[in-house]
Amino acid sequence: MGGLTRLIAVTSLSLRTLPQRAGASAVAVVGVAGVVLVFVAVLSIAEGFQAALAGAGSPDTAIIMRGGSDSELSSALALADTRIIKDAAGVRRADGGPVASAELFVVVDLLKRSTGTVANVPLRGVEPAAFGVRDEVRLVEGRMFRPGTNEIIVGRMATTQFLGIELGSVQRWGESEWEVVGVFEADGTISESEIWCDARVLQPAYRRGDTFQSVLARLDSADIFDRFRTALTSDPRLDVMVEREDAYYQGQSELIHALITGLGTIIAALMGIGAVFGAVNTMYSAVAARTREIATLRALGFSSVSVVFSVLMESALLSVIGGVLGGAIAYAAFHGYQTATLNWQTFSQVSFAFDVTPALLVQGGLWALVMGFLGGLFPAVRAARLPIVTALREL
Amino acid sequence: MKFLPLVWRNLLRRKVRTVFTLLSIMVAFVLFGYLSAIRVAFGMGVDVAGADRMLVIHKVSLIQPLPESYLGRIAATAGVADVSHMTWFGGIYQDPRNFFAQFAVDVESYLRLYPELGLTDEAKRRWLANRTGAVVDRATAERFGWSVGDRIPLQGTIWRTRSGPTWEFTIDGIIDGSSGGAAQFMFHYEYLAEANINGRGFVGQYIIRVDDPGRSAEIAAAIDGRFANSPAETRTTTEQAFAQGMADQLGNVGAMLTAILGAVFFTLLLITTNTMAQAIRERTGELAVLKTLGFTNGRVLALVLLEAGVLAVAGGAAGLGLVSLAISGGDPTGGFLPAFSIPPRDLVVGAGLVVALGAISATWPGLQATRLRIVDGLRRG
Repeated sequence: MGGLTRLIAVTSLSLRTLPQRAGASAVAVVGVAGVVLVFVAVLSIAEGFQAALAGAGSPDTAIIMRGGSDSELSSALALADTRIIKDAAGVRRADGGPVASAELFVVVDLLKRSTGTVANVPLRGVEPAAFGVRDEVRLVEGRMFRPGTNEIIVGRMATTQFLGIELGSVQRWGESEWEVVGVFEADGTISESEIWCDARVLQPAYRRGDTFQSVLARLDSADIFDRFRTALTSDPRLDVMVEREDAYYQGQSELIHALITGLGTIIAALMGIGAVFGAVNTMYSAVAARTREIATLRALGFSSVSVVFSVLMESALLSVIGGVLGGAIAYAAFHGYQTATLNWQTFSQVSFAFDVTPALLVQGGLWALVMGFLGGLFPAVRAARLPIVTALREL
Repeated sequence: MKFLPLVWRNLLRRKVRTVFTLLSIMVAFVLFGYLSAIRVAFGMGVDVAGADRMLVIHKVSLIQPLPESYLGRIAATAGVADVSHMTWFGGIYQDPRNFFAQFAVDVESYLRLYPELGLTDEAKRRWLANRTGAVVDRATAERFGWSVGDRIPLQGTIWRTRSGPTWEFTIDGIIDGSSGGAAQFMFHYEYLAEANINGRGFVGQYIIRVDDPGRSAEIAAAIDGRFANSPAETRTTTEQAFAQGMADQLGNVGAMLTAILGAVFFTLLLITTNTMAQAIRERTGELAVLKTLGFTNGRVLALVLLEAGVLAVAGGAAGLGLVSLAISGGDPTGGFLPAFSIPPRDLVVGAGLVVALGAISATWPGLQATRLRIVDGLRRG
């Protein structure tokens, strides 16, 4: 117990003298805050992108595309194929019909609000069951498009990112004009980046004849997916691939998520090295400024361990302050910041919001602690090794 | 110059601190190099575009094909010197992760429009004579270990042959120069059109060369006017604008990286300035002695500036050198960012930042040193 009391005494002494070294300490704090800010901000992009894609889809929904296609964009299914798929065993039924939507996926050019340049925006032709297979989608403004007309409904995120698709506006794509009659939300997931219309209207407008690109089907339960897939892929009339909807979107986010996370980590690690050097300098000067004080403590009989501990604690405290500061700034400045980027798999824009998750903040805090520990280690050892007699004479 | 030994002694006074400051400056410039390479990588191809080339794409979207029959009508437009076309293939080599950009092109006209490909005459002859021949850029060839003569199977995602999704190609040449529009693998459109199960009739986009780049807006309007109110209306843009537009689609990567760089440099500047200030504060007594010996304020300031300058230049040069070396090794993501290099212009900017860093970090402690009164300094020392 005596040891612990001494540790606390020495540490509180060094912390109480901290305000005298405010200038140098502030440098260490700002250095760590900068690293944590950049780390959290960059990784929140990756988290946000993944949340928009991974949040979409449920495990009991299957997406069916032509065999060998890598996304809806390159897929093609004939009307007869979609009928076989919808009638397959395992597809949920409601109101006498299958809960499955045969869909078309094309891209239209719209101007991006932020840059004023042309961007590829996904336009999806859906069937009435589209809402039934996507629980998260709900109409929040205006009304549903009337089947058979050139009316469209747009995702909330898309309206914030692109010009000319406000409720009531009219867009001309190809030979036909489309009127925006409704706005829908989907909890910020990928559907909210899309524009929807009646698949039957989109087919002639894009000269797709009687073909679709995918079928989204609600299954009776998530467990029967494997059986459902085997049944479809072994059906001699079909050449299709079947994936769980959530896995399909998860796969699309993997590359970008890995890329941004990798780059963000490299940047934060390199910056962290710089910040550690800053912290080392700060702590060395702190030890130098307190040379006589530390020597006095040692002369009074405080062990070198407690001196090491006090220096490390001071360094840790500074880095934690920096970490909290950096995390707070990142949260205030970037959380929920909306942007859009190109999803290479579908060659179209995904709108998403930066997501500063609690896990990221914890990681940033841990990273700050590591920097503080590394920054304090050598100065602490120097403090403990000070020859008491010469140190007392110093200054 | 005679004061260099003095500066040197001062730097060696606290070796650990000097080394750490040097290292943190070095790290900052390594970061600078990486970020500028990333910026280039995301702006893929923006700088390689030709001034006299334009692209004709479907007005609704790039993914919509244009009729093959447009070729003659585009070629007949006044001001169009030459025309070619390319079509996105989107095949998969073994695994979807092995992504690279493949296009079916009209080889003869394509070679005329893109003289900068850097194919040998022999390779061109081979490619022209071989219906299933393809050329590939050097980075992609090295990535998969391909060489001339190899047979490469690609799984078509959009296009399928009558016998299935597998398309066979023979590598006829390696592109050493730059390819238009970030294309990494090109083959004969005729092969695609003949073997495709759904027949022919459409191409992805037309590329034209104009007589006079100064008239490109006029020529674009003439072409787009020709196809107005048809089922496939066109949009004609310069290759430069098109490449910039593709880069813009990713979002404002440039602004974001600049913000990160700003944060990095602010942090680094603070750390270096603090270290310099510490170093000067410790030497108050010595500076007073120097002034007593007759050093003018200007000279004292110059000494401090020189000290900071040596640190900045040594650290900065080491950092820029190291990162150039690291990045010359190529793309760290294994092919996702093919254009991964530091442009010379950014190296010049980096050198400028080195000088700025040295100057700014020395200003505050330097001014403090000049304001020091000799009596105070001697007393404190």
